Amino acid sequence: MGTRNYRRKTSHSEHGPGDGGRTGSWRVERPVLDQSLCIPCKRNKEACFICWLFCPEIVISRTIPPRVDLEYCKGCGICAEECPTRAITMVDEAKFSEEDKE
Amino acid sequence: MQVKTTILSLPTEEFVHPGTRACTGCGLAIAYRVGLKALGKDTMLVVPPSCLTVLQGLFPVASTALSGAAERGDNFIYFCYDNEGYMNTGAQRSGTTPIGAITANTPFKGKLQQKKDVPAIMAAHKLSYVAACSAAYPLDLFDKIKNCMHLPGTKYFHIHIPCPPGWGYDPRYGIKIGRLAVETGYYDLYEIVNGEFKLTAASEKLVEKRKLVPVQEYFRTQSRFRLLTDAQIADIQQKIDEKWAGYYNKDE
Ligand code: SF4
Ligand code: SF4
Ligand code: SF4
Repeated sequence: MGTRNYRRKTSHSEHGPGDGGRTGSWRVERPVLDQSLCIPCKRNKEACFICWLFCPEIVISRTIPPRVDLEYCKGCGICAEECPTRAITMVDEAKFSEEDKE
Repeated sequence: MQVKTTILSLPTEEFVHPGTRACTGCGLAIAYRVGLKALGKDTMLVVPPSCLTVLQGLFPVASTALSGAAERGDNFIYFCYDNEGYMNTGAQRSGTTPIGAITANTPFKGKLQQKKDVPAIMAAHKLSYVAACSAAYPLDLFDKIKNCMHLPGTKYFHIHIPCPPGWGYDPRYGIKIGRLAVETGYYDLYEIVNGEFKLTAASEKLVEKRKLVPVQEYFRTQSRFRLLTDAQIADIQQKIDEKWAGYYNKDE
């Protein structure tokens, strides 16, 4: 008996997304980015990323443009509040169509 | 402290996944995530089952667990997340005295903030490192963890965690409120390395500025403080000013 496949036979827990379920459904407002105001987008180089640092759900990517994983974003609004150029605004979920919400 | 970490130099690898059970806007995950970035992969964590139960019991538990570990001289870092759960219940029940608002409800922090006692506490527990951090200053937390890893024995971290339902504010203001706690001089960021006390980050800058935001500004952001009277706030302000007069003196 080798140890090669032990992980398949031993029960073990692996952390993964969604311990709290698809937490995007908690959201009442959705963060929407205006790229024309976002610093890294405007400069087209790595900069700022304050939204990435402070998002408590770790659902904003450190990319140009920063992207939000709406599956898990809880809509707290911290990104909108902390963004130095107000590039992110919180928009009522009701404003998005049903298929948009998926 | 070595070169300060910036947002751009902060490691990008993540050890925490989205979809936590924490409330919307809870500051805990910010600290937890950045803490793990500093500690790296080979970290074993013991995670409390639920913030509220734990925080109710945290301080008594902390002192026994901490004393035990400290006596054995284990090489580990003890993190104490502080969403001021005690203060919350205390303030709601009784409209506590101002000194209570600062110290009695968060006994360990209260003791730590009387910085004269700290070296004694540290010596008694053989702590090589004590730090007070905040979820609103994740880079300061990151640098402090890096800074203490080479030190022997037990290290103790106190982390101020804004908690929307407990403190009573719109979740979007969590970081601002955490920052206000520091800018008012109410909650101080510091580290104590082998008994040497030093303010860090924004608190260190406040010593240069010699200007605190009135603590009233911090209180008015949260509904849990609505029962504080003007006299109580004035009294707390005086305590804060005295504490800072001490810091300024030391700086001269
Ligand atoms: S905080 Fe604002 S400006 Fe900075 S990267 Fe995020 S969206 Fe862009
Ligand atoms: S900061 Fe809050 S609102 Fe913004 S992306 Fe993260 S979870 Fe969503
Ligand atoms: S009660 Fe407070 S500390 Fe606990 S998960 Fe909610 S916001 Fe976080």
